[in-house]
Amino acid sequence: MTKIQAFIGRYQLSHLLILAALLLVVMPLAMDIFRLNLVGKYLTYAFVAVGLVLCWGYGGILSLGQGVFFGLGGYCMAMFLKLEASSPEQTAIQSTPGIPDFMDWNQLTALPWFWEPFHSFGFTLLAVILIPALFAFIIAVAMFKRRVGGVYFAIITQAIAAILTILIIGQQGYTGGVNGITDLRTLHGWDIRTDSAKYILYFINAFLLIGCLFAARYIIKSKLGRLLVAMREREDRVRFSGYDVSSFKIFIYCIAAVFSAIGGAMFTLQVGFMSPSFVGIVPSIEMVIFCAVGGRLSILGAVYGTLLVNWAKTSFSESFPELWLFAMGALFIGVVMAFPNGLAGLYQTYVEPRLQRFKKSSDPALASDMDALKTAEIKPNKTKDTESAAEEYSHAGNQ
Amino acid sequence: MHSKSKTFRGMLRRRFLQNLLAVPAAVMLANASLTAHADSANTTGLAVTDKTVTVGILHSVTGTMAISETGSVQAEKLAIEQINAMGGVLGRKIEYIQEDGASDWPTFAEKSKKLLIKDKAAAVFGCWTSASRKAVLPIFEQYNGMLYYPTFYEGLEQSPNVIYTGQEATQQILAGIDWVVKEKGAKSFFLLGSDYIWPRTSNKIARKHIDKLGLKVSGEEYYPLGHTQFNSVINKIKLKKPDVIFASVVGGSNVAFYKQLKAAGIDMTKEKPLVLTISVTEDEILGIGGENIEGAYASMKYFQSLTNDNNKNFVKAFKERWGDDIVIGDVTQAAYLGPWLWKAAVEKAGSFDIDKVRAASPGIELKTAPEGYVRIHENHHLWSKTRIGNAQADGQYKIVYETKDLIEPNPFPAGYQ
Repeated sequence: MTKIQAFIGRYQLSHLLILAALLLVVMPLAMDIFRLNLVGKYLTYAFVAVGLVLCWGYGGILSLGQGVFFGLGGYCMAMFLKLEASSPEQTAIQSTPGIPDFMDWNQLTALPWFWEPFHSFGFTLLAVILIPALFAFIIAVAMFKRRVGGVYFAIITQAIAAILTILIIGQQGYTGGVNGITDLRTLHGWDIRTDSAKYILYFINAFLLIGCLFAARYIIKSKLGRLLVAMREREDRVRFSGYDVSSFKIFIYCIAAVFSAIGGAMFTLQVGFMSPSFVGIVPSIEMVIFCAVGGRLSILGAVYGTLLVNWAKTSFSESFPELWLFAMGALFIGVVMAFPNGLAGLYQTYVEPRLQRFKKSSDPALASDMDALKTAEIKPNKTKDTESAAEEYSHAGNQ
Repeated sequence: MHSKSKTFRGMLRRRFLQNLLAVPAAVMLANASLTAHADSANTTGLAVTDKTVTVGILHSVTGTMAISETGSVQAEKLAIEQINAMGGVLGRKIEYIQEDGASDWPTFAEKSKKLLIKDKAAAVFGCWTSASRKAVLPIFEQYNGMLYYPTFYEGLEQSPNVIYTGQEATQQILAGIDWVVKEKGAKSFFLLGSDYIWPRTSNKIARKHIDKLGLKVSGEEYYPLGHTQFNSVINKIKLKKPDVIFASVVGGSNVAFYKQLKAAGIDMTKEKPLVLTISVTEDEILGIGGENIEGAYASMKYFQSLTNDNNKNFVKAFKERWGDDIVIGDVTQAAYLGPWLWKAAVEKAGSFDIDKVRAASPGIELKTAPEGYVRIHENHHLWSKTRIGNAQADGQYKIVYETKDLIEPNPFPAGYQ
């Protein structure tokens, strides 16, 4: 037992375990399937937010186009499911049976070539990961090798999000247009719309998210994580030290893209459709907001931030259908004004110091362990200039 | 609604208190379920008590579609209030839960699920765009809900869980084209629309019909939703000189299109070319400005200027409820029919059960409809007349033609696909 405690202490996994318990035990017990399915939907956005913590919070690469990867992952999954829902028997009333309904409405008479491979589930799973990763790789190579960064990169990602949306909407015969790909039913004959399927998908989703959190934590703790922070703070110094900065940036951007794509695919499975409204600029920025509310240097904060914002969105809009947008605006302004470091910052400043005192008095063995770790870390600076704020950020993220 | 459960809080170990931050959020998501009353009028656990029945209203009241959908919300609320003033449905007052689709299709899906699963709504009046309907359709079919959908739309759909109170494409288009051919001697058409499923399907039907009449389509163009630069297509139109511009441009693009058409020197009152639209109701003219669209023709089933007694009463009641400045468009009137058609079907069935309401729906007629008279077809669409209106500078349409008979709805028109 003490061994496990020491392990947990060393890698500071307790927070992650608490989140896992919350997602895997508390939520399924406390909620009915309708609410749980909603939480599952929110958690798919958390994949994007966690990716943003890595590339924005740590790597300093602000991407305002993460919806692109969320959408690509989601569309890959939706194409597979749509083909399964468009068997010749199910689409017998169409002029061309056997192709998705929206193609028939758009006078297509044969399945386009790039749809063909999505008959295979194996290919689809690979495509969910590889297509967004490849796309991210191309963007990242084109940008970072030329040392395009900062606000220029953010604008370009936003433009890409806009371009992809216009492309999807414009090519409605191939993509479903504004309507998106709707009415998805089964996966290998397994009806994804039933309550039991929703439970299973929720758990798959939660496990995948926890897996991504582990991967993210591993990256942050590794040398790569340190390099990312160093690059964010002083890119040229890292470059002069002999590191190839652009490769690290490309890597972390691709990782963030893959996380988003997994989220997108899980979204399609849980919600039952995919539409261009997840690809565009607004959802991409919304996802940055989730990340900011959670605290952009905390991968767990990103998950809590996503849950909080979406829960607030749902409950405000249920209670005040005509005023909820104002309430959401007030929430964001409040967050930025009152606790700019997000939920994680709030936790850092107010909850943790008290907790430490509490732990010290109740559990001397663990407390000494924590003390040892504490001394190894940089003490948070109380002055308010930006440098120290950045230090506080990195401190917050490392806990 | 939201309650904190103390049972599992006790289960948590003390050191886990640090994460209580997340727990209230989790618990508040858990929702107390509605207690439903079961009797012969309600055997499936819908939100029906001895005194009330709960329905849902699901439209966008925020976002880009709010301007179009607000009229539908107002019409549905007015109808519900009027029904309640008459004693309700099967002796029960209608209560409504309004949800905001926020012009966002996934939100529509989420909210429709909430209305059906949590609120057990006996009927839902809502949706406007085809995309939002497509997003909620699988949910209504899965949970067996009943949706009253008010917008004129592209057809190609016939769900057992939807009553379509607007026209499907053939009801709006065929009579309109026949009229310009017969009355105005039109020989060539230029088809122009926003780029999504409704204009494309509508133009497909229009093109087939024009071909059948042996006439010419001189162009067909689409522009993305929200597009505001129509100068190049207007030049093309000037070059090709079609007799008719058949327009299905929607939303904000309309404002740009008609203003640019006028600025390019095309005087619609001269009818050279004549503009026939299937997408501009009185609501849109508010945005476009009556002086910018004066002279254009619209093919609809309802105009505010209809002079029958039903409509006079409806317009009066609508203005009393929502203010004198308000205008009423085709979709608003169709939305107003929803609660009335549902009431009639429930009373015919003697039950709120969805299956019984569905079975009772075909053949339901409404003699008090502002558009005159409607009847539900076997295919869940409405028999209704098509009318042609001529846009006036004051933002109203002058009705110049109406079909003699009700037109049969045909969502899967043979020979038009």
